[in-house]
Amino acid sequence: MTNPLAGSYAPASADGEPVLALRGVSKRFGAVQALSDVELEVHPGEVVALVGDNGAGKSTVVKAIAGVHPIDDGQMEWEGRAVTVHRPQDSQHLGIATVYQDLALADNLDVVANLFLGREITTYGTLDEVAMEKRAQELLDTLSIRIPSVRIPVASLSGGQRQVVAIARSLIGDPKVVILDEPTAALGVEQTAQVLDLVERLRERGLGVILISHNMADVSAVADTVAVLRLGRNNGTFPMRGTTQETIIAAITGATDNAVTRRAARTPRSEGEV
Amino acid sequence: MSTPPTPPSGSPDPSGPLGEFNPLEPPPGIDPTPGAAVAPPVDPRLLVRQEGLRGYLDEFKRKVRGGELGSLPVVIGLIVIWLIFSLKNSQYFTAANAEFIAYYMVGLGMLATGLVFVLLLGEIDLSVGSVSGLAAAIYAVLSVTHHWNAWLAVVITLLSGMVIGGLQGWIFAKIGVPAFVVTLAGFLAWQGVMLWLLGSTGTINLEPKALNALFSGNSFFLGGQIFGAYLLAIIATVGFGASLFLQQRRRKAAGVPSRPTGELIARTVLLAIPVFLVAWILNKATGVPNNLVIFLALLVICDFVLRRTTYGRKVFSVGGNIEASRRAGISVPMVRISVYAISGTFAALGGLAIAATTNAAGQAGADPNNLMMAIAAAVIGGTSLFGGRGRVWSALLGIMVIESINAGLFMLGLTLDIQYMITGGVLLAAVIVDSLSRRTQKSSGRA
Repeated sequence: MTNPLAGSYAPASADGEPVLALRGVSKRFGAVQALSDVELEVHPGEVVALVGDNGAGKSTVVKAIAGVHPIDDGQMEWEGRAVTVHRPQDSQHLGIATVYQDLALADNLDVVANLFLGREITTYGTLDEVAMEKRAQELLDTLSIRIPSVRIPVASLSGGQRQVVAIARSLIGDPKVVILDEPTAALGVEQTAQVLDLVERLRERGLGVILISHNMADVSAVADTVAVLRLGRNNGTFPMRGTTQETIIAAITGATDNAVTRRAARTPRSEGEV
Repeated sequence: MSTPPTPPSGSPDPSGPLGEFNPLEPPPGIDPTPGAAVAPPVDPRLLVRQEGLRGYLDEFKRKVRGGELGSLPVVIGLIVIWLIFSLKNSQYFTAANAEFIAYYMVGLGMLATGLVFVLLLGEIDLSVGSVSGLAAAIYAVLSVTHHWNAWLAVVITLLSGMVIGGLQGWIFAKIGVPAFVVTLAGFLAWQGVMLWLLGSTGTINLEPKALNALFSGNSFFLGGQIFGAYLLAIIATVGFGASLFLQQRRRKAAGVPSRPTGELIARTVLLAIPVFLVAWILNKATGVPNNLVIFLALLVICDFVLRRTTYGRKVFSVGGNIEASRRAGISVPMVRISVYAISGTFAALGGLAIAATTNAAGQAGADPNNLMMAIAAAVIGGTSLFGGRGRVWSALLGIMVIESINAGLFMLGLTLDIQYMITGGVLLAAVIVDSLSRRTQKSSGRA
């Protein structure tokens, strides 16, 4: 199934190798073919928006990359060489950080403790709170993240601040690709702006970002490239610049492949050209 | 992860777009007030503390309103309890009674300390009372009946407690049986094992040897000498003050916010007053009981483990959000099993301390009230039943409340029925305070 509207692939920074690429990836859950022949490329300093309707396979792609659901077929390439990812740890070791929708922050711990959870800095076996706090402050400063204090429990932060902390947390391990699963789903206007600013800063730092979103406004605000999934297949990859939202939405909904478009395609031209 | 995380700020490519990026510049569309980069708008939630007394007062008010009550309710409660009983009985507010409370609270306090770990996970251990009774029985059988070396018997006893706790933790963590049920089964089963061990006689008298000698009622720090108590008070105060000032110096050197020197002095003095007062009072009686010294030393160690080590951080994070802990690479089952093992060890130690007060291991060792009192103590002291919030010091504060009430009621000649009703009421009050403060924390966005 090819999409007549799909533009040729032209990433924002086409000068380099993709840091992460999926080549013909397929995934099957029992009788359900969740992904078939999915292609995806992420370059350093590129924000790729992964969009699609519910059940299009966005989450499956993310979980495949993150190593939660290993792929059945096809190849995953990291910096040009083929890699296999069987466990979440494999993906983390490569340099892929995933921020899931349900933030996974411990509410009772403060911001510093959450940022370093599972990889605390220690001296002589004891927590080096000073070093962690300093590093946390530096990290938040470079990302222009404003929170009341790094020493308050995450519970007292707003939704946007929590999302921003969750993203900052993924950066502690110095990843090259960050996957954001619906980072603005539950946020207000102001907080969404905050998160989108952060996404731009990640790009400025040369990270590859895969952004999953339902919100076309968000996507058009920050994405360089939009990869559309429909029913587990690629349904076009568009450069954000020069592509209208209507085009993307048409690809998402499959409007290019319904009765109306078929009729429209049929009348002026020959049949069978879908 | 073996490679230490490098601060991302240190690794920008100079030729990259980050060169043009000014972190101080307010990002467009994020700040409603232009020019706010110089003087950010004061968000009422920002924890900017004003200088001086006013600032502390405001912070205190904010904390109380936000439901972060800490040890405040229990300290007030303790004073109220002491006042009421002192008015009722002139013998209550005496050095001898303080000594009595200080000595008899240790055994249950140790059970409560182990329970604090379990409560931090948001779980419960109903077996500690039975395990403490069983531990006393094991020790008695080994050291008295079989004439083993007393210290060896102590070690075996503590190991048994650890294994029992670890086993319960394993069933909970690996098989997935709710902790409540596992430990309820343990509550019955370990009591049965204890009765079986004690046999038909039912009671085994202990000899004042090894740990049992240190836990006995006539064992005092440095033989009860006057300077012994003050030595402990000095160690506590100096240690506390030194750690505060050391921390301040390190934070200053690293350029992160630190507390002002005045506050450090105030905190140290605030600790020194009750510590020296207690030393003075206990000196007026017979000195500091050795079991109390051991208890306090263990509390200091546990506090250190919980707040200053990765292990403690894991305990808090599992208590706060299991999924977050799992994704951070923390082995949740290992944390759970180890916490139950700690609880079991403290239960065994508490059992030895309780047995030492009567110099006998008997069927009363697994008194279900011990369990209830220990849970009550941990909760009354301010450790949340909902997990993730609390300190080991709540075991000390809580058990002081419980024993103060018990001693008072005993002194007034009130029978057991009244005693249970009042302790039950206090426990309920503590849980209500816990639940309410959690609700306030939720509504003010802090839980």
